[in-house]
Formats: sequence, C-alpha cells, structure tokens
Amino acid sequence: MSAALRVLLVDDEAPARTRLRDLLSDLAGELPSRIVGEAADGVEALERQAADPADVVLVDIRMPRMDGIELAQHLARLPQPPAVVFVTAYDQYAVKAFELAAIDYLLKPVKAARLAEALKKARRLAPDAPALRQLAPQGRRHLRSLERGKMLLVPVADVLYFKAELKYVTARTKEREYVLEESLAQLEEEYVARFMRIHRNCIVARDAIAGVAREKDAADAEGEPHWMLLLHGVAERLQVSRRQWPQVKELLGV
Amino acid sequence: MGSIREKGRDAGESRRQKELDAESRGQSASPARLPDFRNMGVWLRILLAVNLGALAAALARNRELAQLPREFAELAAFVEPVVLGSLTLLGAAQRRLERLAPPAAMVAVVVAAMAVAQFFGLLFAPMFESAAGLWRPALWAALAAGLLLAWFDLRWRAHSPAVTEARLMALTARIRPHFFFNSLNAVLGVIRSDPRRAEAALEELSDLFRVLMRDSRELVPLSEEIALARQYLELEKLRLGDRLRIRWDIESCPPDALVPPLMLQPLLENAVYHGIERLESPGEIAIRVSRQGDRVAFELTNPYAPGSTHQAGNRMALANIRERLMLFFDLEAQLETAERAGFYVVSIAFPYRRGGKP
Repeated sequence: MSAALRVLLVDDEAPARTRLRDLLSDLAGELPSRIVGEAADGVEALERQAADPADVVLVDIRMPRMDGIELAQHLARLPQPPAVVFVTAYDQYAVKAFELAAIDYLLKPVKAARLAEALKKARRLAPDAPALRQLAPQGRRHLRSLERGKMLLVPVADVLYFKAELKYVTARTKEREYVLEESLAQLEEEYVARFMRIHRNCIVARDAIAGVAREKDAADAEGEPHWMLLLHGVAERLQVSRRQWPQVKELLGV
Repeated sequence: MGSIREKGRDAGESRRQKELDAESRGQSASPARLPDFRNMGVWLRILLAVNLGALAAALARNRELAQLPREFAELAAFVEPVVLGSLTLLGAAQRRLERLAPPAAMVAVVVAAMAVAQFFGLLFAPMFESAAGLWRPALWAALAAGLLLAWFDLRWRAHSPAVTEARLMALTARIRPHFFFNSLNAVLGVIRSDPRRAEAALEELSDLFRVLMRDSRELVPLSEEIALARQYLELEKLRLGDRLRIRWDIESCPPDALVPPLMLQPLLENAVYHGIERLESPGEIAIRVSRQGDRVAFELTNPYAPGSTHQAGNRMALANIRERLMLFFDLEAQLETAERAGFYVVSIAFPYRRGGKP
C-alpha cells in the first residue's frame, strides 16, 4: 500500500478550501491523503511548497497576487515538480485551453468522485512547461530567485534588463540585482514583446531605454567607440553590440 | 339613462384594458403615440429638425449664397421662440394630452403649435414690412408640427414595441456563471460547519435568480434595486469574507425613484470581479445615491489592482446598462466611468421619476 498522498490546497476563498478538505476526508478510505498545507494565492503556495513539499497541488485559477496558471509554471520548474490539478468555477477560455493541452481540471462545485479520479491520475499527468506556456502567452509575471536558500519573487514588470554572466543570469531592477535560474534565450522568447536583445549577453526592457551615447572603451583608447544604452532609473550604461545596433537604432529612431 | 352611461364607461374601460393588455404583450394596437415633450432628447431633436427646415427654406428662397446667413438668422430669430414656446406649453400640458385619445392629442398638438406661431407672428409683425399672409406662421407651424409628429411616430414604431422589447429582453443583465458556480461551491463549503449560513445563502441565491429571470421591461423603484444589491453582496461576503467591505451612502436617496431593473447588481458584480477579487488586501466598494433637484445621481467606487487587464467583460456590462438607460430615459441619462489613483468610478445620472405612474 502506498503512502498517503500529500496535498496542497490553493484557493483565495476560504469556503472553497473547506469544501476540498471535506471531500478529501470523505475519500480517505478509498484514497488516503494528507493535507500538508493551504494557501490563498500563488506566492503563498510557492512558500508552502518549499517548506513542506506536496505530491499534488489543487490550484484555483483566479487569485490575487499570482494566479493559478503562473503558480503551475513555477511549480513545473522545481527540481521535483508536484502534480497540479486546476480547479475552476467557470472560465470557458481556460477550460478550452486545458483540453487542448490535455491538462486535467476540476469544475466547481467540486464533486467527490471527480476529485478522486483526478487525484488517481494526477501523478502521471503533471502538466509540462510547454503546455503551460500555451495557457499564459504573456509569460510569467514573477521570476523565482534563490538567495541563500530563501525564495524571492522578482516582478518582471520591475526588471530593467537581464544579463547573462558566466554561469547564471541576473535580473536588474531599480533597487538591486537578482540571480536567476533561467536561460537568457528562454527569457528572450518568453518576453519577446517587452524585452529586446542589445548584446549577446543582454536583453533590455523596451520601456526602460532612455537613449544612447557613443563612447570609447576605457581600457582600449585606440579602439572604435561603442554605442552605449542609457536607462531610466539607473546610472549604469549597457553596451550595444554592432550586430544589434540596427534594431536599437530603429526603436529609438536615431 | 344611467344604465347607458354605465355601459359607455364599461366599454371605455374595457377598451383601455385591451390596449393595456396589447401593450404588455408587446403588440400595441394604439395607432400613434405622442412624444414626451418633457424629455430633453425630444427637445433637442425637434430644435435640430426645425432649424434644418429653416435652413432649407432659406436656401430655397435665395439664389445668392451671400444672402443666406442673414436670411437664416431672420428665420431662426422667429422660429426659435415659436419652437421653445410650443414645447414649454406642450410639456406643461403633457399629462392632459396623454389623457386624450391619440388622434385628438395629435390635433391638439398641431393647434397649440399654430397658436404659438400665430402669437409670435402678430408680435413680430411690426418688424417685418410684408403684411402679406397673415396666416402664414400658423400654416408653417401646422406643417412642421404634423411632419414632426409623423417622424416621432415612425421613430417610435422603429424602436417599439416589438423591437424595443426584444432589445430589452436581450439586454437583460445576465449573471456571470463564474459568480453562480463559485457561490454554490461556497455554500457547499460551509454546509457542514455552518448549516444556517448555508441556508441563508441559498435563500439569497434563489431571491436573486427570481429577479434575474423576471420579465424586466419596466422600471422598478430604486429601493428594490438596493435590496437586491444587498442580497447579492451578502453572497459575495460568504465567498470573500473580510476582503469585501461595503460603504452605503444613501441617506438622501429617493427610494421611490424609478430605475431600469438590474442596474445596480451588474455594476457591483463588476466591482467585485475586476476589483476586490484581484486585490490581495481587503477593498471597499462605496455606493452613493443622492437626489439633486429633479435628477438622481448614483456613484460606485471600487479599488482595482494595477495592471489588471481583463476589462472586456466590464465594458460589455457597461455598454449593456448604458443602452438600457437610453431605452428608458433617452438622452436624459448619463453613464460615465473614470479611473482615479487606483480607484474605478462609475457615475450615473438620470431623471427623478417617481413610482406609481399617473
């Protein structure tokens, strides 16, 4: 006999969580489970999952701060991703998208039999990252950053640029820099509408660009001057590569 | 004698009853209908039409374009007081006119316009040397009034009865399935721990649906709308708990003012769906209704999360309410929205019409 299924409940409405709790305890004989945590939004759920990992996460879609789809995207990137089952009241677009992506979902009001069915196959049917990308074409709104074992969430709206360093990618906001476990190429693809490449190692938020200046490399006084990108909010300048210059020029209209 | 009189009254009453029945079935048999002369929209349309007519007349009389402005100005100087005078008179007499049989009312309107025109004609006569055609103002007025009445009748037929009713039926605010299923789920959530709360919620839900499924082609008192809104908000409180806060400011609200049915609830639903539900901290919905002279001002304010993009549903609900306001109040109702520092404000102003029609 297998161990009890570890379940995390994520819904911003308390009665909806109560309902799931009741149903899970009704199903205990047939399908032993243990609720390891409850959360009222995506951010809280990520913290819970980090503190006490669950096998299955039951996720409401409409939630403040971080919605269910984005939560699932973050969960799918964890080293041991849990299975995710979406729970939704009524959202014809989401439901259609789930069906297209073969993602399992439950409709509210949730029925015990349907919940049992979903949990039984949940382990086998964890939604994968590409399927989730289809559900959220505008990309995640937050990025996860680990700092001394602590999870930080960086709002993508605050990021001025991403830069690839030797072994990792950093995100720069007005206030500070964050280290991410991401690849620059994937970030560029995910946020193609908002960021543009200015160099092999750097993509910049279009609306953070303040202007350009031509200057010589301090170390190489003899060499060709470079185009440097000026940004709103920070004093640093970023080098534009010769290859990306035409695109930057077009955007700025210089 | 007496019995004949009785019969006559009975017949009249039963005819009236038949008309009412026909109207409520949406197949009005009444031959024509008077425009509402107290309505700003009607005034504007009449003024515009008459001035266009005056311009056309000035054009017809003049071959030379240079003469046109002077000619038009002279005509307008005469036409404007006639139109405004007639409309004031007719507006004051509206209720009496409505009590007359439609053909008699039409004749009365034409005669009133003729009389006003003739009065101003005599008043202004010393200013014009052409004494010829003493009856010309009255004849022109009769023609204009006749044409306008025909136009309004045509317009009314185009909008009603079947067309307007069909539009009203189609426009009747529909509840979001999202709200319905979430509410049922919430009731199921509390049914074991708090059966009484669940009972109350189901009762509220059934009341709400009774109103939603009702025929909504007639104006309802504001007090009814407010009661319904409170029930709706109780249901949302079950789901959202402390996250939803409400402030009512309705002390100077006229409870007997007539409003289109289901005007409030969809606006509140929008405020919850786009505002409160998307906020991580509690938010307050403020509702203010007050009487301002012969108008009623309504204002709903809710906080909204920055960057919330799902506004299509909101626009649809607003367009729906705007169109229903227009069908009921013509140009006399305004609906405006504004976004102010993280708050979304919907303001509606409409004429104060009391319940218990004449």
